[in-house]
Amino acid sequence: MTQLALVIDLNVCVGCHACVTSCKEWNTSGAAGVLSDDNPYGRDPTGTFFNRVQTFEVGEYPNTQTVHFPKSCLHCEDPPCVPVCPTGASYKRAADGIVLVDYDKCIGCKYCAWACPYGVRELDAHEKVMKKCTLCVDRIYDELLPAADRRPACVMACPTNARLFGDVHDPASEVSQAIRERAGYALMPEWGTSPANHYLPRRRAEVKVRAEDLARVDNPLKVDGKLPRPRPDEPALDDVTSW
Amino acid sequence: MWPALSVLLLTTLLGVGQGLFFAVYCVQVLERFALRAGPQDARFYPLAAALALAFLAAGLAASFFHLGRPERAWRAAAMWRTSWLAREVIALPAFMGCVALYGLAHWLGWRAHEVLPGVDVTLALGAAATLLCFALFVCTGMIYACLKFLPEWHTPLTVLNYALFGCASGLMLATAYAAFLEPGLVRYLAGWTAGFTLVALLSRGAALVRNARLKRRSTLQTAIGVKHPRIRQTAQGFMGGSFNTREFFHGRSDAAVRSVKWAFLLLVFPAPLALLAAGLATPSAGLLAAAFVVQYLGLLAERWFFFAQADHPQNLYYQRIS
Repeated sequence: MTQLALVIDLNVCVGCHACVTSCKEWNTSGAAGVLSDDNPYGRDPTGTFFNRVQTFEVGEYPNTQTVHFPKSCLHCEDPPCVPVCPTGASYKRAADGIVLVDYDKCIGCKYCAWACPYGVRELDAHEKVMKKCTLCVDRIYDELLPAADRRPACVMACPTNARLFGDVHDPASEVSQAIRERAGYALMPEWGTSPANHYLPRRRAEVKVRAEDLARVDNPLKVDGKLPRPRPDEPALDDVTSW
Repeated sequence: MWPALSVLLLTTLLGVGQGLFFAVYCVQVLERFALRAGPQDARFYPLAAALALAFLAAGLAASFFHLGRPERAWRAAAMWRTSWLAREVIALPAFMGCVALYGLAHWLGWRAHEVLPGVDVTLALGAAATLLCFALFVCTGMIYACLKFLPEWHTPLTVLNYALFGCASGLMLATAYAAFLEPGLVRYLAGWTAGFTLVALLSRGAALVRNARLKRRSTLQTAIGVKHPRIRQTAQGFMGGSFNTREFFHGRSDAAVRSVKWAFLLLVFPAPLALLAAGLATPSAGLLAAAFVVQYLGLLAERWFFFAQADHPQNLYYQRIS
């Protein structure tokens, strides 16, 4: 069964917010209507976003690392937000595992947001319905777009290719390989929600240069000494090598 | 969590309505089995049912203010197989219907109706309503208790507290109601009221002690998956507020939350019990009504604290603007 998801590489995310603005641009222009955006240039801006990039400082000065952390709906395999919805507006698609909200059925009771430990659902202040990442479901299946563009807007926008998109149930997919080979992990595993989105950890960027990398040494391991020459009266294959 | 006034009113008003009905039905059962003398005034049962219905209807009305799209509220019964909220949406009107029928049957004098000889229609309707009453307590409590990552709520004590507070406040109202209409019942209703209030104190106290010793499973380490003991947020990703910063924070200081806790511990338990004792000793129906009002205000504070105390794990992601 297909489970579409994002895999986010924290090792290369630079926190530029291009995924945030691209997501907002695409999803505020779609058939589902605008995403709220009040006082965008005012004193107290507020609005609905499907995707946020947060920044954390790990370690103690001066040994600190800055981790930029994009966060959107994780499309859990066992989503706690779905069974609590009283109307069935919140659902998980069997075909591709995307968790969606039917904006025409949602009554805006906010119970699904209470039931999500990750805080990725946001109530639209004007439409009064719950909104969340759709994995650009109106884009990834759009056959009017060139095949290369049938990816979520955030993935298209990322300048460092920190966001990978694909089927995490297909072991041969790019995302599955990345999770397998680069220690991909899920957020808050303690709740058993099995998020489909995974994160790739930061890696050490140390380069170790050894002397022998710079200047070649002959026989560096000294394992094979020279063979003894045969005496002139001994038979030899090529007058050099002994038997 | 943000303590929305609509939810505070919804849960407390429903509790009063359920408790009042339960108290009145208990009076009838005791009368039926000749354990206690029943009310002399024939208006006692139908008026009590109407009063309970008024509280339930007020609670129902309050619930609509919690919805973003109240015109679609009818959809909310659909997912009763999985959602406690949908189950509450079914249990509440069913209970209200039964209470209405119960009151109507009393008003029409169907206690010994010739259509069903030997059957007390009101007793049967009341039994059905009592079942629904406790089903509603369970649904209301489970809406909060089923959220496993809100550890303050994820305990059977949540359901128990909702039921006990509902019964205690409903009995308090029943005592005051009897003082105006049926003074003969006041003394033993007051005894039950005191009993339920004290048991509720034990149960809520147990929840407070439990919640004070909670160990959180989610930390900043599990939230972002970085295993380092020192992590702090430097930016939550936006400069202003959002749904996430409004819905999950109570926005008051720790001192304010603590004072609300002591206020409800005072207003729900000792203050109304003192007024109850004074009302019995005087005797004064006004003091008994005041006891109910004081306890109800205390319950609003209790519910406010219940929400404010719940620290949602999503708050780990929203700690610092920049």
